[in-house]
Amino acid sequence: MSALRSLLLRREAGILVMIMLFCLAVGLYKPQFLTGNNLRVILLLTPLIMIAAMGQMLVLVARHVDLSMGSILGLSAMVTGMMFRDMPQIPWMLGFAVAIGTGALLGLINGALVTLFRLPAIIVTLGTLNLYRGLTFIISNARQVDRQYIPTELKAMSQTSPIFGVPSIIFIAFGVAILAYYFTMHTRVGRQVFALGSNPVAAPLRGIKANQVTLLVFTISGALAGLAGILYASRWGFVNPSNTGAGFEFQVIAAVVIGGVSINGGVGSVPGVVLGVLLLGCVSAALPLLGIPGAAQNAIYGTVILIALLIDRTVRQQGVLGLRRLPA
Amino acid sequence: MKTTLAILAAGLMLGTAGATYAQDAFSIVYIGKNTGNPYFDSITGGFVDACVEIGCQFEFVAPATAEATSQIPFIEAQIQRGVDVIAIAPNSPDALNQVLDSAKAAGILVMTVNGDLVGNEEHRDASILPVDFTKTGPNQVELAGSLIGYEGEIAILSATTEAPDQNTWIAAMNDTLANDPKYANMKLVATVYGDDQPEKSTAEMEALLANYPNLKAVIAPTTVGIAAAAQVVQSRGIADQVAVTGLGLPSEMRDFIKDGTVEAFQLWSPYNEGVLAAYFAKGVLDGSIKNEVGETFEVPNLGTITIDPNNMMNTQAELTTFNAENIDDFDF
Repeated sequence: MSALRSLLLRREAGILVMIMLFCLAVGLYKPQFLTGNNLRVILLLTPLIMIAAMGQMLVLVARHVDLSMGSILGLSAMVTGMMFRDMPQIPWMLGFAVAIGTGALLGLINGALVTLFRLPAIIVTLGTLNLYRGLTFIISNARQVDRQYIPTELKAMSQTSPIFGVPSIIFIAFGVAILAYYFTMHTRVGRQVFALGSNPVAAPLRGIKANQVTLLVFTISGALAGLAGILYASRWGFVNPSNTGAGFEFQVIAAVVIGGVSINGGVGSVPGVVLGVLLLGCVSAALPLLGIPGAAQNAIYGTVILIALLIDRTVRQQGVLGLRRLPA
Repeated sequence: MKTTLAILAAGLMLGTAGATYAQDAFSIVYIGKNTGNPYFDSITGGFVDACVEIGCQFEFVAPATAEATSQIPFIEAQIQRGVDVIAIAPNSPDALNQVLDSAKAAGILVMTVNGDLVGNEEHRDASILPVDFTKTGPNQVELAGSLIGYEGEIAILSATTEAPDQNTWIAAMNDTLANDPKYANMKLVATVYGDDQPEKSTAEMEALLANYPNLKAVIAPTTVGIAAAAQVVQSRGIADQVAVTGLGLPSEMRDFIKDGTVEAFQLWSPYNEGVLAAYFAKGVLDGSIKNEVGETFEVPNLGTITIDPNNMMNTQAELTTFNAENIDDFDF
């Protein structure tokens, strides 16, 4: 009983309850929502967000924010896509190194601007959000990289299923989440990120190198956005200078915050973020199934985010049992 | 702070593409719906090649997003620059009226290319559309019917709910399905909107398959939608159960045609729109073409073009159907 009680008091419990209630409610109207095939649809809607969310989580825990993730995704994907197009003899696996490397470099630039000039991350990454998007247009001459140039093997990662009918891209997403879990829970640097975010003044006094940790979280965030970039090419089969990654950062931040990461730093967990991502995936898959028209979908999507945050806050203060007192 | 401003300034610069300068004869600018849209690359290619032939300076510019008012500053900039011809794919049928009037007042030839100001035709001098758009709906229904033996449930996956071209075509599809006895056994069960985003189009396509297990065909009259629908069908391996068709770009659909996911789809030649627009502009400026209804003129490779009522011109009579046999003949 006490084990169950402590489980219910965990931060993740609220979001889990939310997912179950939402899926059951949708399933009542549309039984096909609760099928294995639909689980596949939900999982295929989320891998890019899940990967990027791990990076965003680290940045938020360190008391910063990365608004440029969508543009990093776009620029990394464009660099990689143009390489595939213009140098077709290059082994396609090299695309992963190029995309992750490009993303890491762009993230490092964010981190450097934040630490060197002591600028708030929200301003720096708002600038680079536009800068990186502009660069994407400039290097691509505003032209899309078409489907025929994306290597077949890369596209197959989002389509074919090595094990249990699950495409590789989903394994990559959960693999990144497991690495992030290990990093945050079991490495010294991972714990330092939390310490820095909890108290940026005290952390350096305890020997934490604040600038290095800040550079690291932005670089990881960029690298993961770069990984999401090449997987965008895999999932959708093209790279477009204006669409690829546009608005992506808001989905990522929404998922991370729903997952219980505090925008005030120091607080957050990988299981919570995974659940936050899955909740957004469930909502994205459910709205079309329910036949809700486009304009209303945006409003409902936003409402679900707000409700999730409200429930999360209540759970944080009182546990799941406190939900009984939540005004209807 | 200065650094931040510099970054912002650099970041806000968005690209212009395809600038080409031949010998100075007349200058023509094409304002697309938005940048990075591969469809406009093809139209631009037509302008560029025609301008090499007939001698004009061509430039393509476009706003970052396809919003109703986002083209206004681009038109104003071109008026100040004093170009001879503004060709535009309007993002709105009425939001541009005033600024286009000032362009005309400044002596600029204003024409719409690949979209028109429906109901506001007096605010432009002429309009070039690839085909008579009233044929798009019936042609698409016929193609879908031929793929499924004229029998079974079909659905439409469109762009945004307010997209004017798509809505015209969908209305015509509904009309054709309801009134032509040939299609009496085809039932339109749903019309959904993927907002021309791959993620959303995919979610809508998956929902169609889940909600209508007997679905036989999906018509997606939008390039993003048809590619997303094809990918869903490819991924699920159900190409023999659900036919995907609609309007697509050969460059984006080639893979799906080759692996049998999609049997056939349609479009027209965006390239020829650019060619026709450039030849028409030159003729009007040098006086060899009168911009009057009923006037005819010759364009190399396009044959005789007639100016139809409302000063409209088409580059081809019917939609082109692409399939495994001819897809490699098209390089756009």
